[in-house]
Order: sequence, then C-alpha cells, then structure tokens
Amino acid sequence: MSETDVTNADLPADGPEPQVHGQRILLDGVTKRYPGQKAPAVDDITLEIPAGEIVMLVGPSGCGKTTTLKMINRLIEPSEGRILIGDEDVTHKDPDELRRHVGYVIQGAGLFPHLTVAKNIALVPRLLGWDKARIEARVTEMLELVNLEPDQYASRYPRELSGGQQQRVGVARALAADPPVLLMDEPFGAVDPITRQRLQDELLRLQEELRKTIVFVTHDFDEAVKLGDRIAILQVGSAIAQYDTPEAILANPANEFVEGFIGHGAALKQLTLTRVRDVDLHEAAVARVGDDPAQAVAAAEELGREHVIVLDGAGRPLRWLPLRALRRPDALTRVARDENLESVSLASTLNDALDEMLTSSHGVVVVTGRRGRYEGVVRIETVMEAMQGLQSPAHEAGRVTR
Amino acid sequence: MSIATGPAATEDVADASTTTTADGAAPMRRGRAVGQLVACLAVFGALLVYVAVADLSSVEARNLSTTRLLTLSWQHFLLAMAAALLVIVLAIPLGILLTRGPMRRFSTPITAVAGFGQAAPAIGLIVIAALYFGTGRFPFVCALAVYGILPVLANVVTGIDGVDPRLVEAARGMGMSAFSTLVRVELPLAIPVIMTGVRTALVLMTGTAALGGFVNAGGLGTLVNTGIKLGLDNVLIVGALAIAALALFIDWLARIIEMAATPKGL
Repeated sequence: MSETDVTNADLPADGPEPQVHGQRILLDGVTKRYPGQKAPAVDDITLEIPAGEIVMLVGPSGCGKTTTLKMINRLIEPSEGRILIGDEDVTHKDPDELRRHVGYVIQGAGLFPHLTVAKNIALVPRLLGWDKARIEARVTEMLELVNLEPDQYASRYPRELSGGQQQRVGVARALAADPPVLLMDEPFGAVDPITRQRLQDELLRLQEELRKTIVFVTHDFDEAVKLGDRIAILQVGSAIAQYDTPEAILANPANEFVEGFIGHGAALKQLTLTRVRDVDLHEAAVARVGDDPAQAVAAAEELGREHVIVLDGAGRPLRWLPLRALRRPDALTRVARDENLESVSLASTLNDALDEMLTSSHGVVVVTGRRGRYEGVVRIETVMEAMQGLQSPAHEAGRVTR
Repeated sequence: MSIATGPAATEDVADASTTTTADGAAPMRRGRAVGQLVACLAVFGALLVYVAVADLSSVEARNLSTTRLLTLSWQHFLLAMAAALLVIVLAIPLGILLTRGPMRRFSTPITAVAGFGQAAPAIGLIVIAALYFGTGRFPFVCALAVYGILPVLANVVTGIDGVDPRLVEAARGMGMSAFSTLVRVELPLAIPVIMTGVRTALVLMTGTAALGGFVNAGGLGTLVNTGIKLGLDNVLIVGALAIAALALFIDWLARIIEMAATPKGL
C-alpha cells in the first residue's frame, strides 16, 4: 500500500446538503446619534446581509461596528432608518420579543455565574415557554453540538469551566432557541490563540450544519478573512470602506484605508484563505481501539511509519503511539485520550495548521472532520508547497471556491 | 507528542485551582462559624449559671432570675429583629429603585441622608422618637430602624451596581425584560453584598437596642438601666454581657443565612 492521498471532494457525502436556516438582514439607512455629540456614531449605513452567510464587521476601534451590531437586536435604538430581518420590519417590534429570536454572543461568553451550564442554555427556551422535557432535550443537544459531554458539563457552574469552554456554552446558549440570526460581538477576543483557533474552527463546522445568518464583529482582520463569507470594512461612523468576499478584498483593496487595514504581507495572508480541505491530505498509519496491535504494527511498517494514530470507536483520534508501545499485546485495549493532541479541522486555515505543527514534534498535524472524526494528516511539506504556490502568480488555480 | 501545550492543559489547571480554593476556604469559614456559636453560647450559659447559683440580695434577685434573663433576652432579640425587618422592607426596595435609570441620580444624596441617620447619636434619635411618638416599643423600633438603614441601603446600591454590566446586557440581549433581569440576574448576584449590609445592621441594632431600657421598650437594656440607677454592678454587667453574647449570636445567625442565601457558583 503506497501513500494514498485522501481527497475531500466527496466530503459532503456525510450528510444531505445543509439547508439555509438563516434569514437575511437589511440595514436601511440606519443612523445612531447620541445626544450631546455632534457626529453620529453610525452615519446612514445601508447593508444587506444575505441569508445563511457569515458577515464580518471589521474596523478600527470607535468606528461604530459594535453600535451597528447592537442596533440589529436593538440593545441600542437606531435614531433613523429601518432594520429588516427576513421581510419583517423589526424597527418597532417589542424589543424583548425580537431578542428572543436573535442569538447574541458576547466577549467572555457572559454566562450567568449563579446558574449551571444547563440553566444558562435553557434561558431563552424558558422565556419562550417551552415545556420541561423539550428544554431538557434541547440542552443535551446543544451541549453535544458544541462538543461538551452533557453528563459531565450540564450541572457545572461557569467558573468551573475554562475560557474556551465558557465561550462554547455561550454559543450553545445563543443557539438554544434556534434563532435564524446570530450576532457575535468579538466573541473570541478574550481567549488564548490556540483556543481561539479551535473555537473558530468549531464555529465554521457548526455553520456548515446550521446555515444561520451570522453578523460577527471583530478587530482582527485575520479572523475576518478566516470566518467571513463577506467582510464589511468600516471607517469612522460605520461608513463602509469595502464590502466584499475576503478574496476580493485581498486581491483588490478598494482604497488606501482598506490597504492600510489589511496591512503588509497580504501575500502571506493568502495562507489564511487556503483551507485544510483545499489541500491534499496524507494518510497516517491508523489503528482503532480494540484492534490487534500486531496487525497495526505490520500495517504501519508496510507504510514505513514509526507512529500510529489511534482512533476511538467513533473514529475520533485519541493519540499517537510509537511502534514500540504497540508491541505490547494489550496496547490497544485501553488508550487514553491525549488532550494536547495537535489537530485542526477541515475548515482550519493552512496558517492554523502551520501554528499547530510548530508545537508538534512530528511535523504533521491530525485533521478531523464532522463530529471530530479523523480525516487524514497535513504534513509540513504540504504547507510549504502551498506557500510556494501562493507566491507564484499562477496560484489562482489552486484557490477553491468555498 | 508529549509536549504539554494547548488549551487542554490550561483547562486542567483552571479546574484544579478553582476546586482547591473552594475546598480550601470552606473549612475555614466553617471553623469560624462553629467557634463563634460556641463562644456566645458559653458566655450566655455562664450568665445563666451565675444567675442561678450566685448569692444575691433580694433587689438583685428580682432583677436577675433565670426567667427574667431569658424573657429580657427574647424581648431584646425581638426588638432587633423587628427593627431589622423594618429596615429590610424599607431599604431593599428603596435601594433597588435608586439603581434604576432615572432614579440613579438620587442615589448619592439619599445615601448621604441615610448616613445622617447613622451619624446622629442613637440615644438622640431614640429620645426624639419617644418625645414625639411616646415611649414603648413601636417608636423605639422605628428609631432603631432609622439608625440601621444606612448599611443596608448603601449595600443594596453597591451590590446591584457591582453586577458586571456585561451580564446585564447579556440578559437583556437574550430577551429578558428589565424586571426579570433584576430578579433573576442582578439581585441573585448582589445577594452576598446585600446580606453583608443586613448583617452589619443587625449587629448595630442589637447593640443599640440596649438603649430600649431608657424608654421603657424592654429588652436587656432594662438590666443595664436598673444596674446604673440602683448602683448594682452585677446586674449591669450581666445585662451588658448578655447583650454582647446576643449580638454575636445574631451575627452568627446572619452569617449562616448569608451562606445559605448566596447562590452556588459564585
């Protein structure tokens, strides 16, 4: 068996084509003036956010991006203009009623410390008057969705969770009542870079399944490029400097302001545009818990590998094992999960993969797909090739539409 | 593959540290709670024993019987509790009101006025109440309440203002009404601070209730008053010690209630 390339073209065979559950949002000439201030905080912004897409609002601090976001769920009341969600004008709708149907995620998650994880998630369904059994089922479903074991986490209090876990609960809470629209205000701003990368990957994975309309505020342009279907770059007063796909913005910045905001090294930023799913994955030697170690050793030796990635019953990677550890007859009966296993998802960027590799002693990083299942590995050579490809003008061919 | 980096490692550390602090702090608090209860019960027990066995003159004996000590202590306890109830009923709604939008600007002046209540000599307040509303329990309880309102009022305002504004915004952003946000987010999170204020007021008022002896309101102050007037030092000292023991006991009781009322997870 030679080194087989795993192509991901047939990935969606996993499930049916996801439906778009989101609704479009239209900001129509929206302005916010604060009393006693001459210049409006948001000056006549008109922006259409298509259903089922992630739109990133980026800009320097004080440009009005958060104000713009908060006017969509009317935490801040617009002074002028209309806001439509779907075809409904929500500008004068009862704000509490409106907000129960708009998910809202803030920085640091904003979980209520006196409520358990389950009760935090159950909040909006309870406000909507769901019955108990339905709420309970939904909480379990939401925790599974964000990869937190319900039995283990439902009854914990927020302070017993790490920052990343809290943020995941925050997303679960926002999605609990299945709102068509999700507003995210710098949600991943307060976590460490590795956790942030994982949360971003998870959001992209969720979005593949859910197809919500997501408006996401960030000041991090790399995050915008990674997550956004479209990016709106805002100047002071929420004036839109450019509103386009990340590819188009990187290729053709509309003006000097945008150029300045993208910063130098735009070519390297292209690495952020290339997803792990866009490159050819390699196959590592694989063994499953419960397999015969001798056979696993034989298979690995045939591939010429010294390490084997062990998968659990659900096909999720557990840890790398060296061949010498596999020579014990009970080596595969019980394998502990390596919590620090370097892994990226198909939605991760090559930039993320490179980051992970730099902490890995193997020069490879495991790639997981839906539900955390093993898909293959990315090798450092693959990233290097991609970088060379990006630097040559012919790299357009390598770009895959998302 | 054994480099210990990544979020999982930090998560474990975070888990471990939170649980240790929680477990490490609890026994200390429990130790203090038990110690305080034992101390005040011991003092009170010693007083009861003294009253029962001491060789007393007939005047002393009339003032220092076991039943009289118990009755006066109970009266004293009720006086303090009645005043505390009045304070809670007045100060908590008022404090909440002072943290709501347009009323917020009155928060500083009203807290200052409440500060006068505490700064004024308690004996003055009590005598004024007695002059205008007569002697007896009710005017006395009212005067005590004026004296004890500040810590509760101030702590309600501080406690609610101290709730992380992002949590309030998260609650509103999820569609909770202003009232529901107050009841389900702001008040539960402010409880520890509010309860500290209530406890302070209780202890203050238990001590101050000793002045009830001067205005015929009953309580252990009667013993102190009698002791002073008749020059019976032992009556005076028994009364004073009993008041101190009662104040410690009420402080203990309030701590227990505080611990029970504080939501888990804080």
